[in-house]
Amino acid sequence: MSAAAAPDSPSWWRRPGRISLPGLALVLGCAGWEILVRAFDVPAWQLPAPSAILATLVQDREILFGSLMVTLETTALGFLLAVLGGAGLAILFGQSRLLEDMLYPYAVILQVTPVVAIAPILLIWLPQPVAVLACAWIVAFFPMLANTTLGLHSVDHNLDDLFTLYGASRLERLLRLQLPAALPLMLAGARIAGGLSLIGAVVAEIAAGSAGAGSGLAYRIAEAGYRLDVPRMFAALILLSAAGIAVYAVLSLVSWLVLRRWHESALARGP
Amino acid sequence: MSSPAVVALRGVAKAFPSGTRALDGLDLSVRRGEFLSLVGPSGCGKSTALRLIAGLSKPSGGTLTWGDGGTGAVPAPGDLGVVFQEPTLMPWATVAGNVRLPLRLTRRDDETEARVAAALARVGLADFATAYPRELSGGMKMRVAIARALVTDPHLLLMDEPFAALDEITRFRLDNELLTLWRALGKTVVFVTHSVFEAVYLSTRVVVMTPRPGRVAADIAIDAPYPRGETFRTSAEFAGLCRTVGAALAGAMGESFA
Repeated sequence: MSAAAAPDSPSWWRRPGRISLPGLALVLGCAGWEILVRAFDVPAWQLPAPSAILATLVQDREILFGSLMVTLETTALGFLLAVLGGAGLAILFGQSRLLEDMLYPYAVILQVTPVVAIAPILLIWLPQPVAVLACAWIVAFFPMLANTTLGLHSVDHNLDDLFTLYGASRLERLLRLQLPAALPLMLAGARIAGGLSLIGAVVAEIAAGSAGAGSGLAYRIAEAGYRLDVPRMFAALILLSAAGIAVYAVLSLVSWLVLRRWHESALARGP
Repeated sequence: MSSPAVVALRGVAKAFPSGTRALDGLDLSVRRGEFLSLVGPSGCGKSTALRLIAGLSKPSGGTLTWGDGGTGAVPAPGDLGVVFQEPTLMPWATVAGNVRLPLRLTRRDDETEARVAAALARVGLADFATAYPRELSGGMKMRVAIARALVTDPHLLLMDEPFAALDEITRFRLDNELLTLWRALGKTVVFVTHSVFEAVYLSTRVVVMTPRPGRVAADIAIDAPYPRGETFRTSAEFAGLCRTVGAALAGAMGESFA
């Protein structure tokens, strides 16, 4: 028996320092910030104190959390569609090299064109919520496509031969060999796609916000900016960061749960 | 010489698109129930010959005839077992899941669990059915690969340098276990190796191949009785046979330099 066994918790959880050290830095940083703002009497429209941001967070909770839900909903839906679309298209490419050669370059073009430049056009063409969703989808779609494509191509050649030897059908090969082999890369793609979906949603909300519509968190930031309500800008920003961290943490946990029994990335190492 | 051929290769050639001629004019008969080893320097096409027999690649010349040449003699999926140089296990599946794969793919759906359990018991891994490949040592992984190859009860077992990557102690033990299995199950085995000692120790017949393009340089019967063990491995007879095979191998390689 070799040493690596399946751990019963993810690595970042097993090392208390991974949580407590950044937490300590946060507390110290906020304390210093609070002291400096108070000592120099900095006005809130220049730099609000952490206590003022916290107060705004509590005071404006209905507006802010309502907007947070709108943004999260867009992010989740954009992410889900990106996973389905990206993985689905990659599987289709895997079945037909011709299709892959024909369409892959356009997926790349979609990726390299800045979404902030595409958003205004989409906002003219589509109803505002759909346009925001489309932007979230566009940026999240490519990592899923690229990683799934790479994963499907990285099947062990001997295992491939083994499936040939036993007369496996295309579907069996896909379900029992290619998809399981691609899973680690697909999950890594999903982790990137989750964060990008949030970014796509925010960018589109900002673009839409300047057109005078929208109710997501990014719109709240833009709106508060016009009014120089800086504490609320900070409060919304904190919620966005928290949302991004939550999305990443959830997807990391899913990845760990799925891979913990067999993949190198999720295995504990001996001391 | 009297046992019928399982498969006969006649004038088989294999050229790759790169222009490499791996095999040219290979004549080889595999007889029922024998333990045949193919020995040769690396790049002599012994693995290529094995892949042709397995149906994983097509010869570019010559013929490959199964049994009496009738269509019924051509092996169906599951009639052949292959063990590669690496264990080639699916890391995402348990040991039992890996061994079950050939049964699933060839639609042998009756008594699946009993067959898997029997195959694992045969290689001494009955207690590891729920383990993942990552948790096993190199030798144990290779045993899983052998169990998987045997689970469909194939009549021909093809092994491509299966123990080459293992340490010598594990290798000796697996050699002995393989001989025990072969004698108990009565399969025909084609075994590719670059080790003269391993070939002589295991086989009823050793075929020495020339380097590119590969063809048969010598065909040496190993008549020593089974069971073979440490006594045989240290006997004068074993040393003599190794010398004969070694000389044939040196001759095959020297010829190519001429």
